[in-house]
Amino acid sequence: MEVLKIATAGSVDDGKSTLIGRILYDTKSLTTDKLEAIEKRSKANGFDYLDFSLATDGLVAEREQGITIDVAHIYFSTAKKSYIIADTPGHVEYTRNMVTGASTSQASIILVDARNGVIEQTYRHFFINNLLRVKDVIVAVNKMDLVDYSEEKFNAIKAEFERLKEKADYKGQNITFIPISALKGDNVVGGSENTPWYNGQSILQHLEDLKAQDVFEAGQARFPVQTVIRPKKDEFHDFRGYAGKLYGGDIAVGDEVTVLPSLTKSKIKEIYFFDKKFDKAGRGSSLNITLEDNVNVSRGDMIVKAGEEPSSEKQLRAKVCWMNGQNLVPKTKYLLQHGVNRVQAMIQSVDNVLATDFSGAEATDSLSLNQIGEVEIKLAKPVFFDKYTENKQNGAFILIDPQSNTTAGVGIIE
Amino acid sequence: MSEFLNINPLEAEAIHIFREVVSQFEKPVLLFSGGKDSITLVRLAQKAFWPAKIPFPLLHVDTGHNFPETIEFRDRLVEELGADLIVRYVQDDIDKGLVKEESGKYASRNSLQTTTLLNALEEFKFDAAIGGARRDEEKARAKERIFSVRDDFGQWDEKNQRPELFDMLNGKIDLGQNVRVFPISNWTELDVWSYIEDEGIEIPSIYFAHKRKTFLRDGMIWSAEDDIVYREEDEVVEERLVRFRTVGDMSCTAAVLSDAVSIEKVVSEIKESTISERGARIDDKRSEAAMEVRKQQGYF
Ligand SMILES: Nc1nc2c(ncn2[C@@H]2O[C@H](COP(=O)(O)OP(=O)(O)OP(=O)(O)O)[C@@H](O)[C@H]2O)c(=O)[nH]1
Ligand SMILES: [Mg+2]
Repeated sequence: MEVLKIATAGSVDDGKSTLIGRILYDTKSLTTDKLEAIEKRSKANGFDYLDFSLATDGLVAEREQGITIDVAHIYFSTAKKSYIIADTPGHVEYTRNMVTGASTSQASIILVDARNGVIEQTYRHFFINNLLRVKDVIVAVNKMDLVDYSEEKFNAIKAEFERLKEKADYKGQNITFIPISALKGDNVVGGSENTPWYNGQSILQHLEDLKAQDVFEAGQARFPVQTVIRPKKDEFHDFRGYAGKLYGGDIAVGDEVTVLPSLTKSKIKEIYFFDKKFDKAGRGSSLNITLEDNVNVSRGDMIVKAGEEPSSEKQLRAKVCWMNGQNLVPKTKYLLQHGVNRVQAMIQSVDNVLATDFSGAEATDSLSLNQIGEVEIKLAKPVFFDKYTENKQNGAFILIDPQSNTTAGVGIIE
Repeated sequence: MSEFLNINPLEAEAIHIFREVVSQFEKPVLLFSGGKDSITLVRLAQKAFWPAKIPFPLLHVDTGHNFPETIEFRDRLVEELGADLIVRYVQDDIDKGLVKEESGKYASRNSLQTTTLLNALEEFKFDAAIGGARRDEEKARAKERIFSVRDDFGQWDEKNQRPELFDMLNGKIDLGQNVRVFPISNWTELDVWSYIEDEGIEIPSIYFAHKRKTFLRDGMIWSAEDDIVYREEDEVVEERLVRFRTVGDMSCTAAVLSDAVSIEKVVSEIKESTISERGARIDDKRSEAAMEVRKQQGYF
């Protein structure tokens, strides 16, 4: 079955969690015990309606404050496909959690409160979705019930997004506008009698028509080696399998390959998945492959088709989204993880910070929490990367703080 | 061998995670309860490392309140795999006075497991514990990372979790810390059952409909086969056709009425079900935040 990964976005209280709860409710995905818990809690909180955000706000602090703090992953399915929705927080402080949710999603739903229109946080989330090249964006103009289902309000918000889209780098993004009330259910799963002027699809109808595909779009095959499998069993005495996940494109037995960084050439001898051999495998599969020649391959190396070698550089320029309390400043050292490969990295310069309202860049020499800027990084060893625009997985990296070990930032390579 | 490999994205993701675990940690262990999720994990681990053996031991934290069927099943599976099995007993920690047995109507050893688990991790210096928890099980679990970092006390700091971007997993930790790893985070209960069906994986008999002496309490069906579940005198024992949807500690796992005797029937029953899997777990019903609190204390 197809699996479609989606993330929500939008400012605090715009109704992201409520929308997901509503989708679950209207698709009958909430089991009776979960529904009872929501009813009980809604009543205790003094609501005369069901507070659907309780379906996803899983932490005590979230339920107490009525906001989402960390990403929740929610699952449901229709006859057509399975969905994984990342319910992300709207609060500026937790923008990094929103970036996390968007990084693995093929589609995003950006909510806008119809009363407030496009505000700073909406710009920021739209900007991030554009930066990460999320293919499909649904702008859900929410709380239409509070503006008398006004077509003018809806159109004004739509016009503002269309103006922004002009300035966005990624023009291939599909943007769809839907007027909804997450609370009341208008245009969420079914249609609405309150918006006779709108004849488009509901949110779920739109999602049902999207084709679930790997977020990592087709291109050249990249096989980063995670581990070398040496069984030490008599029947597999000389077996040396390279285990990893295939990104970008297909591979087949007999393909001529180059092993990076050694640049050794060989051919694919066997493609195993568990104990079965295959002629061909496609991107997204976790494989174990053997080569014709006895070459030296270890974790972090990459096997690619001959003639399709990616860039191999000790110097990177990237857009970094900073996720750490301590600022990113030049001359500091981090561990850079690119796929499964880790190298020592030195921040050479922080050049600018990007305005998330699409108004351009401003010169700076440091990035603070949740800021995005262009950074120059020097590496102790080369990494084999593609531009993010050509291969998402091979064009992104994380920076690990050597003191706290935490993931301090994410970079996408230009 | 003339085919093109068909991809199950959830399976590919889980295998990827297993391979990251053995590469990023020195001493991983797989938490094996004998339940369907941990059996699924074992199959995935086999696939990830074939033709090599599973490169880490299995750890069973035995509450002493097991369904006998699952223990027999466990021992058979371990022998077939040639895997190493470590068993640590909650009873031993009770005897040593490290934990106190709960008493009364809802007494359970489920939360006592945490101490035994943490001690076992400490004893063997395991730095990664792989578990079969899924995000769809419970609302606090929906917040979990795939690599969930725990401090020296095994505690989950739910408000300060590492972002997990794209496919990149960061398992860097300091000495004394450990990581809980959840390879089937993104699977639903139905995904697990469908996988068991597709792969023809064997599971313990208690997952299928069978006759059992039971009694009713709070609208749930409890096993009365042995004296593990506390029963009041006026709680009447009756034989019913039931099966279990999860197998945790017997004292907190209720049965459901079912006539599903085959895996196909179980799968279609799950599809129709209007109650969640953990709806039959009394440990989650203690309070709204029961799971979150247990996880903060080091539960998986
Ligand atoms: N009237 C009305 N109220 C709504 C609607 N959608 C959400 N709300 C209310 O708006 C408030 C915030 O909703 P949430 O779903 O928690 O908002 P959120 O976007 O998830 O907020 P964060 O996760 O904290 O960023 C709640 O009180 C909802 O009941 C709607 O369509 N109409
Ligand atoms: Mg929310």
